[in-house]
Amino acid sequence: MSTLATPSRLSRRERERRGTRGGGSRSVPVPLLAPALVAVAFLLLPLAGLIVRAPWGDLWTILRSSDASQALQLSLWTSTVATGISLVIGVPLAWVLARTDFPGLRLLRALVTLPLVLPPVVGGVALLLAFGRNGFIGRYLDQWFSITIPFTPAAVIMAETFVAMPFLIVTVEGALRSADVGFEEAAATLGATRMTVFRRITVPLVAPSLGAGAVLCWARALGEFGATITFAGSFPGRTETMPIAVYYALESDPDAAIVLSLVLLLVSVIVLVTLRDRWLRGGTTQ
Amino acid sequence: MTASVEQGLDFDAEVSRGEFRLRVALTAAPGEVLGVLGPNGSGKSTLLNAVAGLTPASNGRILLNGQVLDNATTGEFLEAAERPVGFVFQNYRLFPHLSVLDNVAFSPRARGFSRHDARVRAVSWLARLGLADFAARRPADLSGGQAQRVALARALAGDPALLLLDEPLSALDARTRLDVQTELSRHLSDFAGPCLLVTHDPLEALVLADRLLVLEEGTIVQQGTPAQVASRPATEYVAKLVGVNLYAGYVDGAEVKLHDGGNFVVPDHGQRGEVLVALRPSAVIVSLEQPHTSARNTWPATIVGLTLLTDRVRIDLDGAPAALADVTPAAVSELGLSSGRHVWLTTKATDLEVYSYVDPTGTGESSLPLAAGQPGRTPASPDPGSSMHAS
Repeated sequence: MSTLATPSRLSRRERERRGTRGGGSRSVPVPLLAPALVAVAFLLLPLAGLIVRAPWGDLWTILRSSDASQALQLSLWTSTVATGISLVIGVPLAWVLARTDFPGLRLLRALVTLPLVLPPVVGGVALLLAFGRNGFIGRYLDQWFSITIPFTPAAVIMAETFVAMPFLIVTVEGALRSADVGFEEAAATLGATRMTVFRRITVPLVAPSLGAGAVLCWARALGEFGATITFAGSFPGRTETMPIAVYYALESDPDAAIVLSLVLLLVSVIVLVTLRDRWLRGGTTQ
Repeated sequence: MTASVEQGLDFDAEVSRGEFRLRVALTAAPGEVLGVLGPNGSGKSTLLNAVAGLTPASNGRILLNGQVLDNATTGEFLEAAERPVGFVFQNYRLFPHLSVLDNVAFSPRARGFSRHDARVRAVSWLARLGLADFAARRPADLSGGQAQRVALARALAGDPALLLLDEPLSALDARTRLDVQTELSRHLSDFAGPCLLVTHDPLEALVLADRLLVLEEGTIVQQGTPAQVASRPATEYVAKLVGVNLYAGYVDGAEVKLHDGGNFVVPDHGQRGEVLVALRPSAVIVSLEQPHTSARNTWPATIVGLTLLTDRVRIDLDGAPAALADVTPAAVSELGLSSGRHVWLTTKATDLEVYSYVDPTGTGESSLPLAAGQPGRTPASPDPGSSMHAS
């Protein structure tokens, strides 16, 4: 006769949980628990350090100093404009990628989402080669219209758009692909042209994803560093965005660097809360 | 059968969707409600999509009132948005982000009315369908019956010349269905143009349609008035649908030799050849002993199942031939009818509907309505007049 193993204890709460939600044991084996804890510590300790080291008493003074507030303002308005541009040109592109079919579509999709994985500094170099004073486009802008883009706020916006727009495109395209085309068919039988269908049916139906994509795009633009410093430089008040200001302040005024970092951390937390429904629940971006 | 008509819908086309092919020729006159019946995957929705312009035809042409909607030969194709078609979709597809009013105003607006005029039109349609109180609601806040009426109002508000309904009542519960069905019938009879109504509910088809067309595997297997289809089903599917026993056999004078076993004595019309025999379950008499009556057909069978219908019990019987028989619940308990019981079945020769299968496509090719296990079977005669009618 075989004997049973010694029973362990199951709390009332755990009994309740297994009863209502089902599922078996929730215990975590040590070989998995230990590395998981290391990962948590690695991710959270530096952020905790940031909060611990913050000069809480001088927070407002530092934030309202001209350098920091200039960087903050520049970052806020350039990333907002970059998001606006991304909406205006990125959403139509997302629609084209999701709803049409032509030779080279897959290649095009790969290319326009390339900035997602491209090191931003490479993007900055590419922008400089295209729109710089001697670039193949910038040359003519300079000669014909006397327009010089590099090292201006316009360059900041272009660098941010270049890096951030693919986030919007990918999010919206995914939503369009998974959206029920039945509504669009219904609209077509009711006499709506494709443009009317897009405006009155497609866009409103993917509005949640559109919002999420825009927030994601804005957050990415706000944090942009590599492409911006390469293409737009770092002139305080003109092209020195928050991340760049943090980078330089770390040498001259570490307290200011910490405060600006805190601001960016706060923005990230707000973005995370905004997108919690799509990220913290399912884990997909659709 | 495919003669072109000046007015109404004239469909003679082939539509491919992947492996599936729909090959159909049909016409629907103005004011006529053509019921399209068929099992899942028979091509009913494909047919509607082709008429609406959501799927182009791969061969043939589709005309409405003599004008081309689609012509695969010449390449002419009218985009869905350009077709004067009202489409009531299965599950309605009401726009969830628009109010009921804006849903109904959508089509007039898209077809060129000003925002104000479109809303005026929508309001009048809502009033006509008794939906005035729901104008401000979102589709999610409607009951199934209300959503169905909104879908109909939305389709009609665009002033279509042709109406398409894809299983308009299938999303409703049984109770609502009857109410909505009566109402839908009234609105359909008000509609001046042709109407195609797809359904897999025979009762719905009988109530709503003027004429029926049965699709199976992309081809028409039967056409006719609801009464014709119900009394002389052409295929197993239709027979099941209308709830009658259907047998294929060879008639020689007064005797039909059934292909799946058994014989029937029928009124002698001197006919000879392949026929179908339809028998209503209520015309089958169940006895415990071998009866001696004037009824010409008596055969032994075994009960394999009993189903309680609303007012009677349907008995599934295995024998030569197998049959469904309807009896009262009282008879079941009195005779002690239960599964496995051996009984005798009786039916009068005059209760047997004997007819030859008429190929509704008129091509004389695809003529195997009861395809299973009957190789080489051909229709006895393409002339419906030669069939025998007894009752």
